[in-house]
Amino acid sequence: MAGVELLSDQGYRLDGRKASELRKVQARMGVFAQADGSAYIEQGNTKALAVVYGPHEVRGSRSRTMHDRAVINCQYSMATFSTAERKRRPHGDRKSSEMSLHLKQTFEAAVLTQLYPRSQIDIYVKILQSDGGNYSACVNAATLALVDAGIPMRDYVCACTAGFVEDTPLADLCHAEESGGGTTLALALLPRSRHIALVQMDARLHQDHLDMLMEAAAEACRGLSKVLDGVVRQHLQEVSVLTRD
Amino acid sequence: MAADMRLPTAGEQISSSSLSLLDGKHLVVPGDVITSDTGFMRGHGTYMDEEKLTASVAGEVERVNKLICVRPLKTRFNGEVGDVVVGRITEVQQKRWKVETNSRLDSVLLLSSVNLPGGELRRRSAEDELSMRDYLQEGDLISAEVQSVFADGALSLHTRSLKYGKLGQGVLVLVSPSLVKRQKTHFHNLPCGASIILGSNGYIWLYPTPGQQDEEAGGYYTSMEPVPLSDREVISRLRNCLLVLAAHKILLYDTSVLYCFESSLSHQIKDILKPEVMDEIVMKTRQRLMEQEG
Repeated sequence: MAGVELLSDQGYRLDGRKASELRKVQARMGVFAQADGSAYIEQGNTKALAVVYGPHEVRGSRSRTMHDRAVINCQYSMATFSTAERKRRPHGDRKSSEMSLHLKQTFEAAVLTQLYPRSQIDIYVKILQSDGGNYSACVNAATLALVDAGIPMRDYVCACTAGFVEDTPLADLCHAEESGGGTTLALALLPRSRHIALVQMDARLHQDHLDMLMEAAAEACRGLSKVLDGVVRQHLQEVSVLTRD
Repeated sequence: MAADMRLPTAGEQISSSSLSLLDGKHLVVPGDVITSDTGFMRGHGTYMDEEKLTASVAGEVERVNKLICVRPLKTRFNGEVGDVVVGRITEVQQKRWKVETNSRLDSVLLLSSVNLPGGELRRRSAEDELSMRDYLQEGDLISAEVQSVFADGALSLHTRSLKYGKLGQGVLVLVSPSLVKRQKTHFHNLPCGASIILGSNGYIWLYPTPGQQDEEAGGYYTSMEPVPLSDREVISRLRNCLLVLAAHKILLYDTSVLYCFESSLSHQIKDILKPEVMDEIVMKTRQRLMEQEG
């Protein structure tokens, strides 16, 4: 591989992590009062903010109304200052629309939409700082925001990326590793049932390696789900203590 | 030039002693298996996953005989017949208004369930239908009562009483619906000089206490008289007090609002929302509420 060495001979990565080690995750729920649900997450240097409104009456084109379930509406945007090069427009370009669609598909698999016929659930996510794994940070933030909004879900959706370098799967890639030219796989998982909500891979990989890579990504997702679980339980306790009477 | 300086304080950590208060509570998160016993009934906030009763929201498990529900920390408003709500008109349709009430679907206010000016038992003619926008138009705020709940969860409202109808000058405060305590009456003329409508949907309306009520107008007359400064100050103080109570998750009802108002009197209105002042006011209010309960 040209350029940087992504995995040293001692088995360490650029930022000093082991191959299967995740970045530090910090998260908070209920950051806004006005929205129905909101959450903020930091995965290493990737920072994302998610806001959920709904379920509410379908706004805009009424033809989108579903008579048996709720419509999920996602918007992904990146702050203009989130990348090294300043972005022209925060959302609406081709990449963002694709990401919005992926998020929508992910959450349609997890949210119990059939409970809310004729309504709409809005999920807005914003990347405040981008350092690889934007999709996974968005999914994790949106999951927390949905839990905060009290919207019924089958399970958490946890997402994580994995890459493949020198026959070793690497979990939770940072920007340098993602742009290093290797294969990147993004996986969104419902950890308890081990159902896959979305999987995406944008480069070539030998078929023999796919299982290994998927397993590494799934393991990373399960690790993340433990962290998210801790965050939700902590939040639940804090609020329950306040409203005990 | 005088500058207002304050030191940031760390957010309060929950102590282990307060955690022990949660001992009796069964808290779950989405995907948690509540029971694998098949003898229970599936309530709100749960679903069946391979014969196991599983939670779908984060909250507290409530068990009534064989029925298991999970009550989430916060949700949209789930209306019940008889609830007093405050809402905003979003649309004028044939013979009905659509009202935004913080519910899952927009509520409906039928032309036949409002009091039109000129008496109770007036026939609703085609002209009334055409002049619906003269009574209520998009963006108007109303107070109403839930008349019935449709099968899909949408609410049907009515304003067939002189206490309901269009709202004039005042301040709207939005809080979580779970914070409003259900009571016999949700309309209060507070002794501090303002009135309050505590909508069960978390929409709270603060307005100057009306003088002589005009019965003929049927609730569609709005006073455009300037409100005296003293009334406006009381309303602003009440608004900040409501936000303080909501931030600390204290149930809202006439007594708690009034105690909070009285505890805040030693501070300027603009200072009430400062975190350290908020803590002090909340502590005083809690103490008074506890004393009152005995």
